[in-house]
Amino acid sequence: MREVAIDPRGTWRTGISITGLVALVAALFWGIRVGAVPFSAYDIWNVFIAPASNEAYQIIYNIRVPRVLVGALTGINLALAGCILQGVLRNPLADPGIIGVSAGAGLAAMSVMILWPGLMALVPAVAFIGALLAAGIVFLLSWDRGIQPLRLILAGVALAAFFGGGMSALMVFHSDKVQGTVNWMAGGFQGRSWNHVQMILPYSLVGVLGTMLSYRHLNALQLGDEVAKGLGIRVEKARFFLVVLAALLAASAVSVAGLLGFVGLIIPHIARMLVGSDFEYLMPCAAVLGATIVVAADTVARTIFSPVEVPVGIFMAFLGAPFFIYLLRKGMQR
Amino acid sequence: MNHTIEAQSIKLGYGSKVIIPEMDIVIDKPEIISIIGPNGSGKSTLLKALSRILIPLAGCVLLAGKDIHQLQPRQVAKIMAILPQTVHAPGDMTVYDLVAYGRMPYKKMFEKLDSDDQECMAAALEATGIRKMLHRRLDSLSGGERQRAWLAMALAQEPRLLLLDEPTTYLDIHHQLELMKLVRKLHQDMQITVIMVLHDLNHAARFSQRMIAVKDGLLFADGPVEEVFTVENLRALYGVETTIMTIEQGGSSHRVCFPHDSCLTQGA
Repeated sequence: MREVAIDPRGTWRTGISITGLVALVAALFWGIRVGAVPFSAYDIWNVFIAPASNEAYQIIYNIRVPRVLVGALTGINLALAGCILQGVLRNPLADPGIIGVSAGAGLAAMSVMILWPGLMALVPAVAFIGALLAAGIVFLLSWDRGIQPLRLILAGVALAAFFGGGMSALMVFHSDKVQGTVNWMAGGFQGRSWNHVQMILPYSLVGVLGTMLSYRHLNALQLGDEVAKGLGIRVEKARFFLVVLAALLAASAVSVAGLLGFVGLIIPHIARMLVGSDFEYLMPCAAVLGATIVVAADTVARTIFSPVEVPVGIFMAFLGAPFFIYLLRKGMQR
Repeated sequence: MNHTIEAQSIKLGYGSKVIIPEMDIVIDKPEIISIIGPNGSGKSTLLKALSRILIPLAGCVLLAGKDIHQLQPRQVAKIMAILPQTVHAPGDMTVYDLVAYGRMPYKKMFEKLDSDDQECMAAALEATGIRKMLHRRLDSLSGGERQRAWLAMALAQEPRLLLLDEPTTYLDIHHQLELMKLVRKLHQDMQITVIMVLHDLNHAARFSQRMIAVKDGLLFADGPVEEVFTVENLRALYGVETTIMTIEQGGSSHRVCFPHDSCLTQGA
């Protein structure tokens, strides 16, 4: 039974994997090289081979490298969270915002930035806690012997509106202090350091491990609860763990990157167009694509109007949304 | 191992809405069994309970003597395959992908499909006649082909029990007939017990050995087709006057009914 084993999509998938990884490495490398002070490949090589406490080392090791790493990890986490949620909720519009993480993180971070500006350093931690709290509330509201997808979406929308109201209230009553929060709300990587890498890395690792363990469950859940049950999946349990995993991934991402929209919604769609909806291939592809695009976009955003930095969130929304619409239209014509 | 499935005084419903107050059923022979009854009578609910999708409010469903909800879901999936009435799959999924899912109950966490799985998938594809469509996308298949692909997925589970909820719903009469004949062939070749909800009484009468008639959440009749498929029963079940006749064709005969008038007084 040879013909069953040979899948004609194999070559395409291998090609995409190699291209994706090459693009990611290129984006990281480019992100380290360019900026106010451009470096050569030789400079970068020296930083890792013969570290010296000169200016090049300072900029590359303490500024550029952590920044591209935080960008890449954020891209991975948001893309994986988006993939998981779109799969589990069987809704193409699901993104990490739908489980309340953006609203929770936003309100928590904004409260700190406006009401207790002295605690600025705690913003990532507070945002993380806010995100998880909001996700927890959404879980509770959508619980009926397991997480019910439709209830979860409705609860998420309601909570986002509620917390959005909270944010608007803060802005209205403290309009003088809003300025400091704007960059964070738009999402960006200015001044991200190794601390931020340490903050997000464990969750990325958990996320990658979790997706490796769960791609079969996600695949089965795509076929509907009844079919998944028929195939021996414990549907409620699987869905719960997957949504928790997505919440952790998204919360860790917003805690270091701010409210970076777009990535979690659109990267999974682009990945699906590239490799199809089998999660075994979809999730690695989305992760690599997410990392590549966030790093590349951040590099462009900080250099294009140099010395002014555009928050990458704004940049991605302006370029990404039209590109996405173009892709969708192209996809529909086929 | 025996593959008896048994419902012991099950009470079924959704939340506080009770659909089936109490019912007992024993299915202990490899037969084709059709569940019939009017809309809203609870036949799909019954099938959902037998296929462990719906947890009974009271009573229990036993598979080989053990509570089906206490058994490992994967173990049950090796014995019982189910095909819901409406199924969704991403359009870019191929027949191969779909049929491979049928091997899921047999695979551990990181285990890949081996040659045994390939054999089994090949057999399922062969039995359903879609082997040459192996690498076709599901959205390029016709309704009948797609339904056979889903059936192949169920067969790849190597089930002893196959539960189908109105498998012919979206098919034209040609493909309906093809599917019913396929189901009968699978039953005959592999001695699989088939339990299905059918709206088409003539299909039910022709292709099954046993009929379970459900009305208002109660077991109305249960037995061989000749006993259940009668003018009186159909009148009481559906409120329809019918003529039942036997058609001789190609060496075999089967009953068909022609509904010709509704009789509200009797039926409702």
